[in-house]
Amino acid sequence: MTEQHIKLPAGSIEKTTTTLNLGPTHPATHGVMQNILELDGERIVSADQTIGYIHRAFEKIAERRPLAQITTLTDRLNYCSSPLNNMGWHMTCEKLLGVQTPKRVDYLRVIVMELARIADHLICNSIMGVDAGAYTGFLYVMQFRELIYEIYEEICGARLTTNMGRIGGFERDFSPLAFEKLEKFLAEYPKALKEFEDMFQRNRIFMDRTMGVGGISAERALNYGFTGPNLRAAGVDYDVRVQNPYSSYQDFDFTIPVGTTGDCYDRWLVREQEMWQSLSIIRQAYQKVQSFKGAEASVYHADTPAYYLPAKEDVYTKMEALIYHFKIIMGETEIPAGEVYHSIEAGNGELGFYLISDGGRAPYRLHFRRPCFIYYQAYEELIKGSMLSDAIMTMSSLNLIAGEMDA
Amino acid sequence: MDFAAITLWFLLEKVILIAAIIGLSFFVAMYTTLAERKVAGWMQDRMGPNRAGPFGILQPLADGGKLFFKEEIIPVTSNRILFLLGPALAMIVALVTSTVIPWGAPVVTTTGTIALQVTDVDMGILIVFSVVSVGVYGIMIGGWASNNKFSLLAAIRGASQMVSYELPMSLALIAILFMTGSLKMSEIVLYQINHGWNIVYQPLGFLLFFICALAECNRTPFDLPEAENELNFGYHQEYSSMKLGFYLFAEYINMFVSSAVMATLFLGGYDIPFVNEAAWGLSPWVYSLLSFGVLMAKVSFLLFVFIWIRWTIPRFRYDQLMNLGWKKMIPLALFNMLLSAAILLWLKS
Repeated sequence: MTEQHIKLPAGSIEKTTTTLNLGPTHPATHGVMQNILELDGERIVSADQTIGYIHRAFEKIAERRPLAQITTLTDRLNYCSSPLNNMGWHMTCEKLLGVQTPKRVDYLRVIVMELARIADHLICNSIMGVDAGAYTGFLYVMQFRELIYEIYEEICGARLTTNMGRIGGFERDFSPLAFEKLEKFLAEYPKALKEFEDMFQRNRIFMDRTMGVGGISAERALNYGFTGPNLRAAGVDYDVRVQNPYSSYQDFDFTIPVGTTGDCYDRWLVREQEMWQSLSIIRQAYQKVQSFKGAEASVYHADTPAYYLPAKEDVYTKMEALIYHFKIIMGETEIPAGEVYHSIEAGNGELGFYLISDGGRAPYRLHFRRPCFIYYQAYEELIKGSMLSDAIMTMSSLNLIAGEMDA
Repeated sequence: MDFAAITLWFLLEKVILIAAIIGLSFFVAMYTTLAERKVAGWMQDRMGPNRAGPFGILQPLADGGKLFFKEEIIPVTSNRILFLLGPALAMIVALVTSTVIPWGAPVVTTTGTIALQVTDVDMGILIVFSVVSVGVYGIMIGGWASNNKFSLLAAIRGASQMVSYELPMSLALIAILFMTGSLKMSEIVLYQINHGWNIVYQPLGFLLFFICALAECNRTPFDLPEAENELNFGYHQEYSSMKLGFYLFAEYINMFVSSAVMATLFLGGYDIPFVNEAAWGLSPWVYSLLSFGVLMAKVSFLLFVFIWIRWTIPRFRYDQLMNLGWKKMIPLALFNMLLSAAILLWLKS
């Protein structure tokens, strides 16, 4: 029999710590990201993060694309809540172009955005359960995310990478079936969310696993540039929807849940409470949408002929419409020169679009402010000195999504 | 032991019994995998496996067949002998533990008595404990020989967990032994038939024993050695083909055997509560089969609880597991033991 030796790299005998590669293809990383951990037993001595495994150069690609075609890139940032990214991008374009959207469009957008927020938080919170070892909660709420996806399907035809809406509004009005599905969701979801909460919120093991794990102080969180649920869990009531309202969020009545310690449990609670708030916002928005009468009740986009595809019969019969159709399809619409920054409260935090235009057909430069990218910088500080299992919980509670991190 | 008493018939009887018990262990383990997936499906609002045969009852065969035909990969950097020894040890240990369990009432015929128990040695339950302690080597050797850091971490976790939880398990058992006064499994069952089930006298003991059994079988919330989200399925990560199958199977056989042990120690073994079935005048074979069925019903219920717990609660962290074991379970088990001893002494005096 040939002798087989276990081959050790040089210097590994004297070393008292173990180097462990967590990722890029580890089941808990939810995407491709690498952590090179130095472990002393199960304790983490240091962590070294690597990103870029799914870097797709979106910002560079955007420099050659007309505005409408950039929407598809935003789909692939945080793919758990694509419509939020889509809406954020459309609003950025509208800011640059100076387009005023009708109120009904705003409210329809609010419905879609809050649905996407629920879908995003639902995934994050239930995946925390999965990473703690409780699989059932995840599969149980999955069918309610399915209801949300069916609403997306009814609105735009797609489920995951939605490419929903157009500059100035939506490509078509919501069908009666979409509203029917929305009503079904509003009726069925609260009970399921309550049950999901009951499974975890006061579960002793879950609390032990998450309380005091991966905590961050408000000051450190602000220094890192945390936003969204992760910052609110640390006790700062910063929410773009309130601080800098867009899409008529000032018309709605809702509260911002905040935590105190910024640990995994607080992040979980903040997301859970935000889902209830989102539900209430959707109800209000749906009421407002129903209250429109007459011609206003069928408005679903702003009057932006240069960016909004005309009806097919107009293209065949009217010269103006034919020209706009051609320019939009070929992507040859000149956009005004200027510089805008617009940010929305995405599922994960402040999702910003910094758009510089020098007047061509495509942006001169576009930057996405991706919250995940910012959270991941703090990851080492959050997990240093804790156990390997805590690192996994922290990662899922920050809702690190590789697509958003790398762009 | 009286070796003169060993006749050909005796040997034949034992060989048949051993074959039957091994077959039973495999059969129950196979169908526990199906039950696990069906119960999980039921709890998670989905169907569970339903393609192989009616209601998916051929699913375990399909799974086993698939595992047999999978390519077998042995990592080049692994220690080949130990790598092969790991799953074998896990399987052997899992099968050996069932030797001392009385599977039903003895068949009393005119020509003699056939015990439905491979061997009724004096140290009875201690055999189970000593064999189970060897079980940890299956995990340790497998995790070590794989030469994979995740496997190694899992092996360390598994070793410390199993060693820690054997202590409160044995302490919980001692309280039972105070009452029954015998280590023989058959006598423990007889004691319960005459005096009522041990769970009535030892509720805390049963709880502790059950929790330790969860830990010994590496079941949620104690499934740290195979935490799929942290350690990529832990110690059996590098295993493929039927070697992986052996590890998985051994886990289910362990569950089955520990359920049988718990049923025997605490739930009256093959006894039907509140009735004196021995006085019904059933023919010996029917009576024995009935008692066997009763034991299996209890085992099935315990297996269901195992599965139920797995799909309900999250798992502990490593340090919390150790804290629970050493700081809570052992003191509680000691308290239970001393309390039982004090009450027994008081009753006697």
